Amino acid sequence: MKYIFKSLFFLGLALLVSCGGKEDKKEKEEIQLGNYQKNEVKEPDASPPQASLIDMSNKGIGPVKNLELPENIDQGMVTKGKAIFDSKCLACHKPHKKFIGPAPAGVLDRRSPEWVMNMMLNPNEMILKDPIAQQLLIEHNGSPMANQNLSEEEARQILEYFRTLK
Amino acid sequence: MKKSIKIIASLLLATGLFSCNNSEQKNEGNRGALASNAAEKVYVAPGEHDEFYAFLSGGYSGNLTVYGLPSGRMFKEIPVFSQFPTSGYGYSEETKPMLNTSHGFIPWDDLHHPDISQTNGKLDGRWIFVNGNNTPRIAKIDLKTFETTEIIEVPNSAGNHSSSFVTENTEYVVAGTRFSVPIPQEDIAIKEYKGKFKGSLSFISVDPEEGHMEIKFQLIMPGFDYDLSHPGRGKSHGWFFFTTYNTEEANSLLEVNASQNDKDFIAAVNWKKIEEYVNNGGGKKMPANYAHNIYDDKTHTATSTMKKEVLVVDPLEVPGAVFFLPTPKSPHGVDVNPSGDYIIGNGKLSADLTVHSFDKMIDAIENKKYDGEAYGIPILNFEDILAGTVKQAGLGPLHTEFDDNGNGYTTFFISSELVKWNVETREVIDRQPNYYSVGHVMIPGGNSREPFGKYAIALNKITKDRYLPTGPELEHSAQLFDISGEKMELLLDFPTHGEPHYAAGIPAEIIKENSQKIYKLAENENEYATLSPADARVERDGNKVHIYMTTIRSHFTPDNIEGIKVGDKVYFHVTNHEQDFDVPHGFAMIGANNAELLIMPGQTKTLLWEPKQVGVWPFYCTDFCSALHQEMQGYIRVSPQSSNIELSWSLGED
Repeated sequence: MKYIFKSLFFLGLALLVSCGGKEDKKEKEEIQLGNYQKNEVKEPDASPPQASLIDMSNKGIGPVKNLELPENIDQGMVTKGKAIFDSKCLACHKPHKKFIGPAPAGVLDRRSPEWVMNMMLNPNEMILKDPIAQQLLIEHNGSPMANQNLSEEEARQILEYFRTLK
Repeated sequence: MKKSIKIIASLLLATGLFSCNNSEQKNEGNRGALASNAAEKVYVAPGEHDEFYAFLSGGYSGNLTVYGLPSGRMFKEIPVFSQFPTSGYGYSEETKPMLNTSHGFIPWDDLHHPDISQTNGKLDGRWIFVNGNNTPRIAKIDLKTFETTEIIEVPNSAGNHSSSFVTENTEYVVAGTRFSVPIPQEDIAIKEYKGKFKGSLSFISVDPEEGHMEIKFQLIMPGFDYDLSHPGRGKSHGWFFFTTYNTEEANSLLEVNASQNDKDFIAAVNWKKIEEYVNNGGGKKMPANYAHNIYDDKTHTATSTMKKEVLVVDPLEVPGAVFFLPTPKSPHGVDVNPSGDYIIGNGKLSADLTVHSFDKMIDAIENKKYDGEAYGIPILNFEDILAGTVKQAGLGPLHTEFDDNGNGYTTFFISSELVKWNVETREVIDRQPNYYSVGHVMIPGGNSREPFGKYAIALNKITKDRYLPTGPELEHSAQLFDISGEKMELLLDFPTHGEPHYAAGIPAEIIKENSQKIYKLAENENEYATLSPADARVERDGNKVHIYMTTIRSHFTPDNIEGIKVGDKVYFHVTNHEQDFDVPHGFAMIGANNAELLIMPGQTKTLLWEPKQVGVWPFYCTDFCSALHQEMQGYIRVSPQSSNIELSWSLGED
């Protein structure tokens, strides 16, 4: 009986050897302690530089590069724009009162029309890159503007509606 | 001592076998998952997409699951016949009607055979049809939204198993009965089975534009068990083939009594001929009672209509339309190769496959080469229609699928293997073991005129040791094979949900561009939609209270509601005002006796809540929607029934 156990032991060894051959060839990755590169961690500024919230030259980031507003307000567009605004924007923006987001009344006295359009059409990138959008995010409780998948035409109609909000 | 030497010797031998296995194999085909490149073949890098969608039946889960191939990653469970608390399907007021039947509301079924719609015999990726086996129903899933949009109950049927296969222009989705029953149902002794019980084969027409289903006619057949079916293709388009077992017409201990006949039949049905007969006023309208449930994409609401009549056809009234093809050993699967030349019967108690020739069948019909009849239906002479036999291919053949190179792939349940064979020569080319006990096999497009012969998945019934144990019950295992070479190569095991029976696969590019991202708010026609948050409100109508609510990241409008009373039926009509891809909001109300709602962008869903206790009760969003998701909550004040508190609602106001 002892003989059997001994043999089994050797068999076990044999198995280990015969299966382990490949493992030996692998180069052992050397791991050393204490040689990590030390990354200088810069303390983030507690107060990021404040962008001026009134900036007519900033056109924002997005599809709208240049937009000249005609003298007269197009009432047809205003009606359409108000309907879209009431459906897709009103949940967060009250026309004359800061709510989840800022009130749109008078926005064209503070921002360029291009900026307003790009904010509506491309909010995700604006929040990441545009200094005014970033500042607004902080002032509005960190609640980012949702992308409502507006077409450029729809955003333009909403902009026309904004022109009537004084 | 001698004994122990023997033991050691045999152990040594075994050691030798094991220890050499890893290094010595040169046969690519047998290397299976050990092959170094198998991992690369199934690796889909982060952010990359799979090449194929695979839709796997969920069997007794009642639902359909969506996987990617070759990765084997599960993408979605589509609720079809079962209530699904995750989305509120079958719980929300809008979707409850989907599960209505002549037996009332049924929260479950057993889903078996998905089949993708076709145009000219090619997968068109518009819809996928599935059958409910237990309470006979056929469902249609729209592959734009991956939602179940229609369910039709099948009357005069039981065990709706030889279903739901589509003809090559999706003219029909076909549903056959496995369990014959009295037609119409009546209170008779079970012993009267023979001769009195009938099997119905239902041809459900599919509207080419909207996909709406309607039972065009039911063929009332002898009382056999109609097990599986398959449409003709190409030259055999216009015919449909159904396997039968229990041609003995036993009504008890079928395990023995239904295996007496050496041969059962494949029923060949010339549906074009019957369609013509019906279009010319043929058939008989009989009273029936079955539900037809349609979900509308614009109203996001299902309606259920009870149909009261069905057109039935006696096969003897349409001479030349129905024939029996004798097929050995209780055939299970019947499959037609992509060219439509051959009809393969898988006699499940046999080791052989029977390959019938369509041309020979037509010749036998034209020259009346009959071998008797059954209930007046001609039986064709076996030898005259047989193209040949695949000899000793395995044990217990079940199903055959095809590639685009003239090969068949048949599953063998008992010997647990997948066997590749040449359809013309009927020679076996390769066989690979399955772990364990394979049922169906699926090759994308393998059920159409143009298969995509790159992968096959074996859908196995038994898992045992393939994965980490999870108690007595394990998810079933599927196995992915690369079938692009001469030999099949096992690439991957992956678990499947419920019990997958058949599956359907399609190149991702056919459907992914059409996949809908949002519901447009402007197109929302739900009766209870709140299209502007300005319209959010609460209305009382007796003890019914309707709350018209909107959601957007990250608040409900309104979020404070008072004036609800114990005993009220409160309907939350929640409209999600998001218009961005993949931003659903969840809605959960404490103490609701049903489920949550998961509301897609632009969608409206309704949950019923019946408050039973006085107090102030919160609701909240269940789907982590934004950084301020945790703030997305609200309160409802519930007062005693006798209270005079007026209804009021608000958001962010004093």
